[in-house]
Amino acid sequence: MDTQKQLDDFQKRIDNGETIEPKDWMPERYRKQLVRMMSQHAHSEIVGMLPEGNWITRAPSLKRKMVLLAKVQDEAGHGLYLYSGTETLGVRRKDLIEDYIYGNAKYSSIFNYPTLTYADICVIGWLVDGAAIVNQTMLAKSSYGPYARANLRICKEESFHKKQGYEMLAKMASGTAEQKRMAQDAVNRWWWPTLMMFGPHDTDSPNSAELIKWGVKTKTNDELRQHFVDRTVMEAEAIGITLPDPDLTYNEETGHWEFGDIPWDEFWSVVKGDGPMNRERMKARRKAYEEGEWVRKAAKEYARKRELEKAS
Amino acid sequence: MTESSTHTTEWPLWEVFYQPSDGKPFEHAGSVHAPDAEMALLNARDTYARRNEGIVIWVVPSDQITASSPEDRGPFFDPANDKAYRHPQFYSVPRAVKKRK
Repeated sequence: MDTQKQLDDFQKRIDNGETIEPKDWMPERYRKQLVRMMSQHAHSEIVGMLPEGNWITRAPSLKRKMVLLAKVQDEAGHGLYLYSGTETLGVRRKDLIEDYIYGNAKYSSIFNYPTLTYADICVIGWLVDGAAIVNQTMLAKSSYGPYARANLRICKEESFHKKQGYEMLAKMASGTAEQKRMAQDAVNRWWWPTLMMFGPHDTDSPNSAELIKWGVKTKTNDELRQHFVDRTVMEAEAIGITLPDPDLTYNEETGHWEFGDIPWDEFWSVVKGDGPMNRERMKARRKAYEEGEWVRKAAKEYARKRELEKAS
Repeated sequence: MTESSTHTTEWPLWEVFYQPSDGKPFEHAGSVHAPDAEMALLNARDTYARRNEGIVIWVVPSDQITASSPEDRGPFFDPANDKAYRHPQFYSVPRAVKKRK
């Protein structure tokens, strides 16, 4: 059991702005919350390759294909930084992955929506990665060193993801009538799910207060969401895209954009597994993991044999 | 076939260090899983150096690293605390020399 003195000392370190490193003492609950949060983040990066990977073979030009390939590879990299960070908390990567593939571990609900046209790829870059940047910029200052460093690395790459999407969408939105319609349609479908990425309202978010107390997060879900909306409104306007919210109004007093009600029923149904793509995504991940087993086995055996040859 | 832990193979863990550019000291990047050193280098490159972040990479089996323990930080580094004479500020020099800079 963690003693009160240990907990107090730990809190003092957090309040001083110190960074917690893997071998430092930490409350059992801090470790648990981090494992949950970091592994969910890692799973999300990995599953996030699927909706975009869907379009690699059908990219509209060689340039766009190269860009998309590089972006999807980055997502794999982000997943690996985060798994690597989570392992410093004394868990095995294999267990994390299996907890997600065969167990109950969650990933971001945003990836349970389908990518219907190439405009969806533009919008994922602009909105989904844009929202991820807001969240990860905060996490780059997290109290847990390995998590903060992984997010710092991720942020450096994420701005390319957002910019390539925004640039493509701008181009599409200034194209033919058909292209404009595609661009607007994709924004209409992704806008609300993107706002849900920041999680439930603060009043319905049981973990938030604790994570903030421990400096894992420094801002609440609603603060992050507001920040995202404020900067996205301008970006939409600049490229002639309309955000699908009739209630969006600027509040002179607060300096913030106020937005309409988020469809939380949909959010909870997707979290519980009933989104349009939940089953498909899990099936694809399981298939990749199981069909990769012979490769992991063969490479391990090859390494063992070479070690033997060296020894003899 | 979909039961848990039928797929039990996991490659060993390696710590990754890279030299950011010529003349700079090596930095810790993170870790990778790989069956052997050669693959660890390739995985480390693909994971941590997709944008020329490094010009040389080291990989070390994670279980081969010995680290000092944070709880012992006080006594462990104690010998450095009372040797002010190791720092140039400990010494005085004539005023005339000090000004020359």
